[in-house]
Amino acid sequence: MSDFKKGLDALDSGPTGSPKETPRVAPPPEDLPPHPTVEALRAHFGAAVGRHEVVAGDEHIVYIDSAENLEVLRWLRDDPDQRYDFLQDLTAIDYGNNVSLQVVYQLWSIPHQRNIRIKIELPLDRLELDSVYYVWRASDWLEREVYDMFGVVFRGHPDMRRILMPYNYAEGHPLRKDFPLRGRFSRAEQTRRALSLKVEDHYSPAELEVATRLGQTLPDVTTEGGSGQPNRALAPPGLGGM
Amino acid sequence: MPETKRRTVVYNVTRTAELGGEGGLVHAPIVPVEGEVFGDADADFGGEHMLINIGPQHPATHGVLRLVLELDGETVIKCTPHIGYLHSSFEKLGEYRDWNQIVPLTDRMDYLAPLIYNCAYAMAVEKMMGIEVTERCKVVRVIIMEMDRIFSHLLWLGTTAIDLGAFTVFLYTFQERERIYNLHEAYTGARITTSATRIGGMMADLPAGWIEQLKEFVRTFPNTLAEVETLLTNNAIWLGRTQDVGVISAEDAVNFGLSGANLRASGVSYDIRKDRPYYDYETYDFDVPVGEHGDIYDRYLCRMEEMRQSLRLLDQAINRLPGGPINVDDPRVILPSKTAAMNDMESMIHHFKVVMEGVRAPVGESWFSVESSKGELGMYVVSDGGSKPVRWRVRGPSFINIAALPHMIEGALLSDVIAVNASLDIVLGEIDR
Repeated sequence: MSDFKKGLDALDSGPTGSPKETPRVAPPPEDLPPHPTVEALRAHFGAAVGRHEVVAGDEHIVYIDSAENLEVLRWLRDDPDQRYDFLQDLTAIDYGNNVSLQVVYQLWSIPHQRNIRIKIELPLDRLELDSVYYVWRASDWLEREVYDMFGVVFRGHPDMRRILMPYNYAEGHPLRKDFPLRGRFSRAEQTRRALSLKVEDHYSPAELEVATRLGQTLPDVTTEGGSGQPNRALAPPGLGGM
Repeated sequence: MPETKRRTVVYNVTRTAELGGEGGLVHAPIVPVEGEVFGDADADFGGEHMLINIGPQHPATHGVLRLVLELDGETVIKCTPHIGYLHSSFEKLGEYRDWNQIVPLTDRMDYLAPLIYNCAYAMAVEKMMGIEVTERCKVVRVIIMEMDRIFSHLLWLGTTAIDLGAFTVFLYTFQERERIYNLHEAYTGARITTSATRIGGMMADLPAGWIEQLKEFVRTFPNTLAEVETLLTNNAIWLGRTQDVGVISAEDAVNFGLSGANLRASGVSYDIRKDRPYYDYETYDFDVPVGEHGDIYDRYLCRMEEMRQSLRLLDQAINRLPGGPINVDDPRVILPSKTAAMNDMESMIHHFKVVMEGVRAPVGESWFSVESSKGELGMYVVSDGGSKPVRWRVRGPSFINIAALPHMIEGALLSDVIAVNASLDIVLGEIDR
């Protein structure tokens, strides 16, 4: 019962954590099953490689230093004994309570049929990391999503802008724990901002530049058939009830 | 003017639209008029670029995808997809719900194969909690996942064919989809939003007569598949529109993180059912089709063959379906029977706790993926020991597949944009989440 009520209260604050003080990760088993990549990583990078955990039976996690993520990940892809050529996932976890944010790389090696998960811990006041855009192109949108949802800036990404939220969204990064479910602005302010969107707000800076160069008027995506009537179905989030 | 440059064409002339009696627009019928092209047909008309916008409300973008294209004549110079028009923040909503309440969110992501998403989510949580589901549950989940693979591929086939002008295929495939809708409805009570799984099992056992209904589908469906093959596989227009269009090399496909039939059409044999088997897939006899050209036609052939292999899997799964309970015998996650809850104090307490507090997962996390109809569907669940997730993340196959669209169509023709986009088999509910 108490959890249920707390869930509703949390609409205006962030989500509630679990009530007791629990450790963030499961205690490590006494004897970790070996993973060939972990030993190789330690031999090759030494101090940049942090602790090694095993979760859910067979999932290996290695923590690495945020300053060397690009070198380590590039080596993991290119080294003939590792060949993690398939980036399955790139995401982040915010545990709340001002605990550092974790960026997670889930890798799979098609030649060697192996998984590994790389984690990088970032303090909340320095959310910056080197981009792996030129290592795996799959990271292009995934890094943009992590930026959009958590505010982690990936250095060296050629097109670092929001992806799921509108480009002019000013309420912060939604998947952070301190972000309230209804957003930071009042409903009135959200409606006002949604109604005052301009044609240019639907285009990326690169496209605006091209349009200026061509001297072309941008197509207005919110009108249908040139009738000039704004299409309600297209209005961005915040107009939900209208 | 050289004679070879003069070509006869047929123009489609439409009279200007006029206002009808009700005030709506009335279009005059299209009248073909013959004419001739004069002048140098191959002349370059200045090379002026142009920026055009497709979508978000466009039937050929399969949802609310929006593409901004920079064109040079008909050639695409640059393509930028814009997504997020269907963003529902499912991952954030999940943080406010307990583990079982997230199941309905999963089928709203990919409403074309909802049962695969239900199962994938339940499997990830079960793996994190260390729950082994019953043998019957495993086979039932294999059956419903393979059924939805066919369900999703049929929609892909029909809509892609209609995008390229083959209308008949659409009717054939949607007739078959209707039968799977009926199977969904008979089992879960819903046609699209199935929400069939629970942590530790299913919401109910298969209803009486359901397997017979499915057997009838498995028996007759190959006929439809064969009919569609005769309509498309050697059709000159289909070949012209799909072969060597939207090509991506094996190396690029892996680097872009493509998965599913899109990756296998490029010649990379990566199928999670074979590479990291779950639910005893290694004991089933089935093949994974792999293409070699990486174009739309190979993706088409791969998906057609996958449907046949799914039928084989369905056949084997139906034959081995064991009896016994469908839910695990674990009071932490599964509700006790009504009789037990009413007669036994301990069962009543369990019932109360599971309903009011929800299932509690121990501290831990799991990144688990299954082979969905569209590619690798990863579910990442992180628990801090409470009844709600700290993080629930979905690695959507469409989200990553569609990111490779600009790479495939830059340099191609505008008309190929629609074909390539259709061939990737995307669902915007899952891209935008």
